[in-house]
Amino acid sequence: MKAFLLTTVVAALAVLHQDFWNWRTTNPLAFGFMPVGLFYHACYAVACSLLMAVLVRFAWPAELERDAESHPGIER
Amino acid sequence: MIPAIFVFVYLGIVLYIGIFAFRHSTGREKAEEYFLASRSLGPFVFLLSLFGTNMTAFAILGSSGHAFNNGIVTFGLMASSSALIIPLSLLFIGTRIWALGKKYGFMTPVQMFRDRWECGHIGTVIFAVQATLLVPYIIIGVMGGGTTLAGISGGLVPFWLGGLIVAAVVMSYVFFGGMRGTAWVNTFQTILFLGFGAIAIATIGYGMGGFDQVIANLAKSPATAPLLTRERVSPLFFLSYMFIPLSTMAFPHIGIFCLTAKKMAQFKKTVIFYPICILAIFLPCVFLGVAANNVQDSPGIRVKQEARRELAVNGAHLSPEQRDELREKMAGDDVILLLLERYAPIWLAGLLGAGIMAAVMASDSQILALSTMFTEDVFAYYGGIAKFGEVAQVHYGRGFIVGITAVAYLIALKAPATIFDLATQYAFSGYSAMFPLMIAALFWRGSTKWGALASTVWAMASVVLVGVFQAAIPAPAPGPPVVVWAMGGVDVLTRTPGGTAICGLMPVVPITILSAVLMVVVSMATAKPSAQTLSRYFSRA
Repeated sequence: MKAFLLTTVVAALAVLHQDFWNWRTTNPLAFGFMPVGLFYHACYAVACSLLMAVLVRFAWPAELERDAESHPGIER
Repeated sequence: MIPAIFVFVYLGIVLYIGIFAFRHSTGREKAEEYFLASRSLGPFVFLLSLFGTNMTAFAILGSSGHAFNNGIVTFGLMASSSALIIPLSLLFIGTRIWALGKKYGFMTPVQMFRDRWECGHIGTVIFAVQATLLVPYIIIGVMGGGTTLAGISGGLVPFWLGGLIVAAVVMSYVFFGGMRGTAWVNTFQTILFLGFGAIAIATIGYGMGGFDQVIANLAKSPATAPLLTRERVSPLFFLSYMFIPLSTMAFPHIGIFCLTAKKMAQFKKTVIFYPICILAIFLPCVFLGVAANNVQDSPGIRVKQEARRELAVNGAHLSPEQRDELREKMAGDDVILLLLERYAPIWLAGLLGAGIMAAVMASDSQILALSTMFTEDVFAYYGGIAKFGEVAQVHYGRGFIVGITAVAYLIALKAPATIFDLATQYAFSGYSAMFPLMIAALFWRGSTKWGALASTVWAMASVVLVGVFQAAIPAPAPGPPVVVWAMGGVDVLTRTPGGTAICGLMPVVPITILSAVLMVVVSMATAKPSAQTLSRYFSRA
């Protein structure tokens, strides 16, 4: 269930990259000067960072970490 | 010339950092220390240097130049797509590469492929393709260095000399400092160019009299209003760019860099803050690139605006050579430098120029990666260590660094395309097509060496095909593309003013999809690696 939810959120964010509703408009201007299409994608980058924080919290490959760090490694 | 002095001071500092790293590394003649900094980078250096490694000249010069001619769409194309795809790749692929490297001692992706698919010479083919596709990336750095120094010095340092100086400095600190020196320099550079964005946008915005007036002026003019929207770009073309950041994890220098972390936990901060770093670097560059269209009193920018106008109005009546000449003139790679020259006080222009130079010089990691690949995947694999010893391996690696930098410099002197085009059309597309290899190796136990070979050969062949196609059919004037092949009313293959389109998509999309299909189909038809090998990579063999 957790994996399904996280996958859905990632897929939703990928779809939201195609913001066709902002395609042909400049307004509203964020802060009085930033076209909405640019402001949307700036916010999108922030949303990506938040999503990554969620993924690191709930989808971190801990088994890989345990496996590799318990391994002595290869001396070259 | 005063700003150029700041840049020379900056170049001296990075050179010193590289030599400092050389003096302070223990076991400097050991391959793992020289090429991977003994897998010991801490979280701060890992985040900043990994980001710096992936940000090349195209981030600052290419993106602002692209935004100058194409508008705000540049941010969605290059930055926000990367803000999603790259950290996801680092989280799910980078951590696995790190874990396998730690367990089995891999120093390059090809070593992992050879072990995973039980192959030898096929690994050499993968090395050859990766190396061939990496060279343009190094050329971008040299070209960016030449452009920046020429721009900052007001032409006193010519392009050839600027490129030569940058190539020599990068080569020197990579030569001495290896991975440790490169990572430290990248950390310093990343701090500089992240600071650059905020200072540049504040200074130039103030100089222009406020961005609200600039945007109002651009919105009023029919020629510049479309730059504030995406109406000149089709949604399919926009969608295509989601495939470009797939190249990141297939780039060998990123794969190799993933092996340098001391602990896997160091990926956590990198994954979370990577999108913010992207925002901090691309947003000012794109915005300033667009805002440059409002500048009327900079001769350098006026020349570009007039060339663009001429191409738009009379392009259809000009010869392909004349159109190329206009495209060369309107290329905006130096537009941010021209803005600094016009609006920043001379001392600040120098500091900001050093910040730009920091981003431009990210080719260090690619040079080191090529050297690592050459010495590990070819020299060591074909018996070099057994014959000459590990110390000779490091010496050969250093010799390779000198050779490859010289070759990249000579090509940069002749390369005609703009930084952005060169990067997108060749290196990025080719590596995106190699992304299925990485996925198959790490996540699909059914993949085979023959599938990997098919996918690799296709990646290289497709890049060559696109190059030949674009050389054979000159770019048309702005407006409708040249339809080369249509079927059932659908334009299948077209030559656009900016490149090539296949069913409205950039070539990278079908190339990457076909690469994945080849990997699956050929793997299903050929023998799998042994159960013993599979058990080392997957819990259920």
